Amino acid sequence: MTSTVAIDFETVIGLEVHVQLMTKSKMFCGCSTEYSGAEPNTHVCPVCMGMPGVLPVINERAIEYISMTGLALNCEIAGFSKFDRKNYPYPDLMKGYQISQYDLPICQNGWLDIQVPGEEPRRIGITRVHMEEDTARLLHRVDASTGEGYSLIDVNRSGTPLMEIVSEPDMRTPAEAREYLVRLRQILRYIGVSDANMEEGNFRCDANVSLRPFGADAFGTKVEVKNMNSFRAVHDALVFEQARQAEVLRSGGTIPQETRGWVDERSVTVSQRSKEEAHDYRYFPEPDLPPLRLSRDWVARVGAKLPELPAKRKERLLALGLSEDEAVTLTESRERAEYYDATHAALGDTPRAAKLAANWVLSEALRWSNVNAKDLDALPIGPGQLAELILMVEGKAITSQVAKDVFEAMAASGKGAQEIVDEQGLGAISGADELTGIVRRVIASNEKAVADYRAGKEASLKFLLGQVMRETKGRATPQVAQELIATELAE
Amino acid sequence: MSDLWRLTGHEAHEGLRRREFTAVELTESVLTRVLEVEPQVHAYITVTADVALEQAREADAKYASGTATPLAGIPVAVKDLIVTKGVRTTAGSRILENFVPPYDSHVYEQLRRAGAVMVGKANMDEFAMGSSTEHSAFGPTSNPWDISLVPGGSSGGSAAAVAAGEALVALGSDTGGSIRQPAAFCGVVGLDPTYGRVSRFGIVAFGSSLDQVGPIGRDVEDVAVMLDCIAGHDPRDATSNPEPKPDFRNYLARGIEGMRIGVPKEYFVEGMEPGVRARIDESLRILEQDLGCTVDRELSLPSTEHALAVYYIIAPSEASANLARYDGVKYGFSDRTGNSMWQNMEDTRQGGFGVEVKRRIMLGTYALSAGYYDAYYVKAQKVRTLINREFQAAFERYDLIVTPTAPTVAFPIGAKLDDPYAMYLNDIYTIPASVAGLPAISVPCGESEGLPVGVQFIGNFWQEGKLLQAAYAFETAVGWANRVAEVGGSG
Ligand SMILES: [Zn+2]
Repeated sequence: MTSTVAIDFETVIGLEVHVQLMTKSKMFCGCSTEYSGAEPNTHVCPVCMGMPGVLPVINERAIEYISMTGLALNCEIAGFSKFDRKNYPYPDLMKGYQISQYDLPICQNGWLDIQVPGEEPRRIGITRVHMEEDTARLLHRVDASTGEGYSLIDVNRSGTPLMEIVSEPDMRTPAEAREYLVRLRQILRYIGVSDANMEEGNFRCDANVSLRPFGADAFGTKVEVKNMNSFRAVHDALVFEQARQAEVLRSGGTIPQETRGWVDERSVTVSQRSKEEAHDYRYFPEPDLPPLRLSRDWVARVGAKLPELPAKRKERLLALGLSEDEAVTLTESRERAEYYDATHAALGDTPRAAKLAANWVLSEALRWSNVNAKDLDALPIGPGQLAELILMVEGKAITSQVAKDVFEAMAASGKGAQEIVDEQGLGAISGADELTGIVRRVIASNEKAVADYRAGKEASLKFLLGQVMRETKGRATPQVAQELIATELAE
Repeated sequence: MSDLWRLTGHEAHEGLRRREFTAVELTESVLTRVLEVEPQVHAYITVTADVALEQAREADAKYASGTATPLAGIPVAVKDLIVTKGVRTTAGSRILENFVPPYDSHVYEQLRRAGAVMVGKANMDEFAMGSSTEHSAFGPTSNPWDISLVPGGSSGGSAAAVAAGEALVALGSDTGGSIRQPAAFCGVVGLDPTYGRVSRFGIVAFGSSLDQVGPIGRDVEDVAVMLDCIAGHDPRDATSNPEPKPDFRNYLARGIEGMRIGVPKEYFVEGMEPGVRARIDESLRILEQDLGCTVDRELSLPSTEHALAVYYIIAPSEASANLARYDGVKYGFSDRTGNSMWQNMEDTRQGGFGVEVKRRIMLGTYALSAGYYDAYYVKAQKVRTLINREFQAAFERYDLIVTPTAPTVAFPIGAKLDDPYAMYLNDIYTIPASVAGLPAISVPCGESEGLPVGVQFIGNFWQEGKLLQAAYAFETAVGWANRVAEVGGSG
């Protein structure tokens, strides 16, 4: 279905992402934001409950976080911005208005580069990033005795700092939209401003999607799609929506401007609100908060706190001689990338060290990470310890086969490589004196393989080597053992 | 000793310090006076006798230990939009008739710290919207000088309490004249400080960019003592001035010889009663001839004629948002007889708000609506800037600006209730300073038809000291200060 759409129409997608910031306290009061799992209405005060006469005070850390985000997304940071009241009545909105930013957001005019695997890279414009506050949470219940529905309000979330990131309508496929979200989330986690977890609701996405004939300049009528709770849902909703709109347009219909909701269970979007029913938010400047003035110095200080971002990091890794795949995988998260850098540094500043560190991080370390569902900052083997293990292999003090077992033992115990090798006697056996006896035993007890080898079957040598390795529990240095076998058989 | 309620605050403090009487005796005297005249005056929504006696006992302990400051043991009336922990705070509205706050306002904290005694929560126009205290959900307050007349408003309860001896001093709030106009009508002194001088934390909001808490007293010295107590930075109010406040009482005895006084000619328009005009002319003569000021009656402030229009766009716009939180969901009056959540919210607001409040919510909602916002709200803000500039230009040539406080003396209860515009015109002299955020004080300057008349001094930003200095010299020269209304029965 998607491919027939592409023949006639071009899809135009813009995304609005709401991100909860990881500040310790709320946006405008001192309440803790760590209410996850807490009893309802225990992280509240008169300010975030919207009681009479209370006033908001700006959380400076939130402004720092949004500015970091703006800088990471190549935005201009406004020297002068302000807050506005967005008026609409809803029981989850404690004051009857939300403090947000209307015409003077903190960040504007940025971009984010994305690349769907196998396609050309694309630059997606960031229109703006602005600051607002989250609402309370409504819990809908049914009275078991009467069957009547009712709602409860949990105010814990009310006033949590929320950042809205609005993209330009620059995406053309659902795959690009998903890639944009993946890269955006990656950056937010890198700079440490949010967990950006879609399933937990601290990273929420609405999409604006429209179709236009290929080659047309003017945009079609856009439809806003809400209620998408995973990257997959965003992708599927956009696929559905582009097919639905194409069908309407092809049969001569028009697309009304409306808000539609994604229904995950049925994999469809349904109309929620027409343009006529849209709110008039009656924005006006928030009189309780003076305008925000961010000096160049302050912005520069915030910029200095940014870590090296994934795109830059990837370029650096490519320059070290790593492959595209390796560089992408190693820079997936900041923890992983920093682990790699530290391991590399401990091994020395050589191309071989870069490659060795990559091999080990991508194999053993990532396997541990996947099995334990933890990032590498949680790995009990520090980068220095991993380097020590790698250097033991390099110096042939242990075989690479044994090294994998040592790695497991280190991860389980937190002990160093040398300590484990000493304790368990895992050092490599490379002396001919020690190995010759074993080789002879193996040759004596594998007559068939010896006969095959002598009949010209080279592969039998590998089998015999395998037997030697088994006898030594992997500790035999393979090259030495192989030479010994060949020598013994030649005699 | 039975007439202790006749004392000013500073006189009472002297008496307490010299142990001529105790704070409990003083408080009992005032509470007796309340019992005696409250049926006629109705200055209070809630009389807090138990709180008052408890606080009086604490104050006596301070005097005993020598730690009493000037307000210790002084009975104060507190306008009922000043949030008081554990004491019902209604803002004169049915919608908050049962609201008992779990927190204190900044100004009440300051009073508590100073050891003041709260006699009760003073009556007011609902949400401070009115100029007569007739728009209280708890019935009107009468003018103690003639109980058939209004006391002015919206801080009518506070001004009447002080004038009738039901408190020695009071706290009111001023948005467009709500302290100064009732002070003038009741023959007491009332000060509206510079916007930002006194924290608004815990003041039930009406027009957030205009609201300011201020003192009312029977003489200028009491007003200075009260301002010294409540002024100063509060980190919970982002619009509060972070600069240290001066010692206002220090300014009182400095004299005002050589002060340059401007009198705006546009203020002497039709609608000003001849008796009021005569008193103002007499006041200007006193300032010039007796006190050695230069008086220039040719000051022109042409934009101030638009101040009323500006005020009636900005204040209702802000109010329309500030009052959105009263929906019956969280606290206060709640009508839950409807068949849906939305119906209940609508019924709550329909039944909980009075007619004037609903009128202003509609005015503000309209002014902020799409299509009207630029023509009303934005334009009003531009004119506000012009008014500011005019005042700033005037203060380059003058130390103070002098005007009548109100165009008339107190008018009969009910006389203007059906004519909102006539009611709004009452604040024509007080609104310009409010719109500009400037400090202004009303001081009694004599009588017209046996009723008090007030003169208004307007100062530049943060110049409350200079205002008090002039008001003190003027008050002494006029010789009308410190009169208590007998209210029939007292004899
Ligand atoms: Zn809070």
